[in-house]
Amino acid sequence: MWRRCLLTGVSAWLAAITPASAFIAYVSNEKSNTVSVIDTDSWTVTRTIKVGQRPRGIEFTRDGKFVMVAVGDDDTIQVIDAKTQQIVDTLPSGPDPELFAQDAAGKIMYVANENDNTVTVIDLEKRARIGDIQVGVEPEGMTISPDGKMLINTSETTNMAHFIDTATRQIVANVLVDARPRFAEFKRDGSELWVSSEIGGTVSIIDPVKREVTGKITFDIPGLRREAIQPVGIGMTKDGKTAFIALGPANRIAVVDGASHKVTKYLLVGQRVWHMDFTPDEKYLLVTNGVSNDVSVIDVAAQKVIKTIQVGELPWGITIAKP
Amino acid sequence: MFRWLVGTIALSMVATQALAADPAEIHVGYLGHSGVKSKLSLVEQPADNDGVAGARLAIEDNNTTGKFLNQHFTLEEVRLKDGEDVAKAATELAGRNDYIIADLPADALLRAADALRDRGTVLLNAGAIDDRLREQDCRANVLHVAPTRTMLADALAQYLVWKQWKRWLLVVGSHDRDKLYADALRRAATRFGAKIVQERTFEDTGGARRTDSGVTLIQRQIPVFTQQAPAYDVLVAADESDVFAAYLPYRTWDPRPVAGSAGLVPTSWDAAQDQWGAVQMQNRFMKLNSRRMTALDMQAWTAARMIGEATSRTNSGDPKKVFAFLKGADFSVAAFKGTRLTLRDWNLQLRQPILLVDGRMVVSVSPQEGFLHQVSELDTLGVDRPETKCKLQ
Repeated sequence: MWRRCLLTGVSAWLAAITPASAFIAYVSNEKSNTVSVIDTDSWTVTRTIKVGQRPRGIEFTRDGKFVMVAVGDDDTIQVIDAKTQQIVDTLPSGPDPELFAQDAAGKIMYVANENDNTVTVIDLEKRARIGDIQVGVEPEGMTISPDGKMLINTSETTNMAHFIDTATRQIVANVLVDARPRFAEFKRDGSELWVSSEIGGTVSIIDPVKREVTGKITFDIPGLRREAIQPVGIGMTKDGKTAFIALGPANRIAVVDGASHKVTKYLLVGQRVWHMDFTPDEKYLLVTNGVSNDVSVIDVAAQKVIKTIQVGELPWGITIAKP
Repeated sequence: MFRWLVGTIALSMVATQALAADPAEIHVGYLGHSGVKSKLSLVEQPADNDGVAGARLAIEDNNTTGKFLNQHFTLEEVRLKDGEDVAKAATELAGRNDYIIADLPADALLRAADALRDRGTVLLNAGAIDDRLREQDCRANVLHVAPTRTMLADALAQYLVWKQWKRWLLVVGSHDRDKLYADALRRAATRFGAKIVQERTFEDTGGARRTDSGVTLIQRQIPVFTQQAPAYDVLVAADESDVFAAYLPYRTWDPRPVAGSAGLVPTSWDAAQDQWGAVQMQNRFMKLNSRRMTALDMQAWTAARMIGEATSRTNSGDPKKVFAFLKGADFSVAAFKGTRLTLRDWNLQLRQPILLVDGRMVVSVSPQEGFLHQVSELDTLGVDRPETKCKLQ
């Protein structure tokens, strides 16, 4: 009893000194050639970092020490030190890198090279290119299965999700999805793989064991033409119960029930909404709005947009430090 | 004897396995006409492989995808010589190929289509923009990838009206296709609320395209030709024959912008188009062909990609199945224009956004915001279902 009381007291004290939402978000601004740093406590841009040309894919390293940003027109990936917020290194990504994925240990990185129809494998410690995998035309979306065994790459003109065995680096399956697949995301329990098709206007639900499409999410927004609905970014809560899908020029985020795959709500955000990331406590979801040059903050529990933050021109990707 | 038998069985087993591993072969023909007319601008002079170069890239793209589906695509090019029988050439090409991508003038395209009608070979029209091919002269075995004149004219008109440049001085060339383009522009003006304040004809009196002191002469001719016009906002030129329009910009009597066949030009594609992921394809094209991509290249690329897309969706090398899918409600193709492209089921014309380009940049993309349609905003461009004269047979 006494012990429990003490413990409760300590944790209450800890909670009191740590602000509930003090996280740092990094946003790549495709046209400005900058990265905006957002403090999620004050919801302000605290710094703008100049980077290479056409920054798009952006992600923290697994240890949270660095932010990697793909600067496609410079054919490299730049590494930003999260402490000093300075560029400290570059990675040999291959031509025109756009999106990438890291393995769980943060040792191996896989990069989609759109110009080459390849996925490049990089050893993050040695900063060296250790292999290439031939995939379909214009590789883009990249993700790794929760068990680390399968790398998924989507190819935009081939219209497939390629299943690549991370041990052998061989393609073991190809699943046809709708036109221009942009982004792939697993449920945390590995039971489903979701792939968004920008031009097809759908999200395919793929059974990762059978490796076939088992369902499709479609979107119907009254008063909006079908062509304007272009799903790109996907964010799923850790429990897999709720998913958020960015609908591009439809200027909305679709809220989707993770079990039934039904759209429950559309949230109006900025123009041409693209990618997103959760704060680690999953209280907030930040989405990038390319044409309106801002980031919308969504209260995840309330499913409401609570804030808009101006960033650079054509904000594209976003990553938030995982403590 | 017994040993021989075993050997035969083993051999036949090997053969069966080899058969199973053989990819489905999809053969695509490309039928073009020869003889490229010279252009006023040296930089616009088309390459010998204009068009087919795009088809070649699409075949490569299809084969990258086909690798994963055990499908293999080939391309065979035939160029018609002057006076050569198009029906015979099309029939021969159809004997070796499942589909034919055509870059032919309207009449030749119709002769080819009618020659192939009974054998059921599908033609994909990549070159001809004539509306009549999709209207009174439409054919059930021809898909149209090239946009029509009315689509191009409507795309331009929407932008000019959006810009509030509603008073047009229309200058028309003296050749038939110039007049057809002028018809499309008049129709567009009426549809979208522009006014043609005056029309002038520029007679083609012949003469050399290139002379050593041409500029001096043109600089005197064009201001005179365009003077004493009623008040207008924009000069719209209908000069598909490329006789005079390129001479208009910066030389008009009144300081006015030029659009249509020069200045701001509506087109299906441009080498400057870099939106919606197009840079990757522009780069692939450059790598393969060592030159920039034209509208005709893009139309041929799209045609070959449509075949590839429908083949992968149906997982079939059977042209009948593929054609049925192409015509069906589930078909769409991505072609770096920011939206899915689909076929108008009443005349098999590909719906597509139209770029407005100035020779260096993409200025805008139509349909413009605010031009609404109950089915697809892309159907605000060109002849729509209620107006069509096409009866597919």
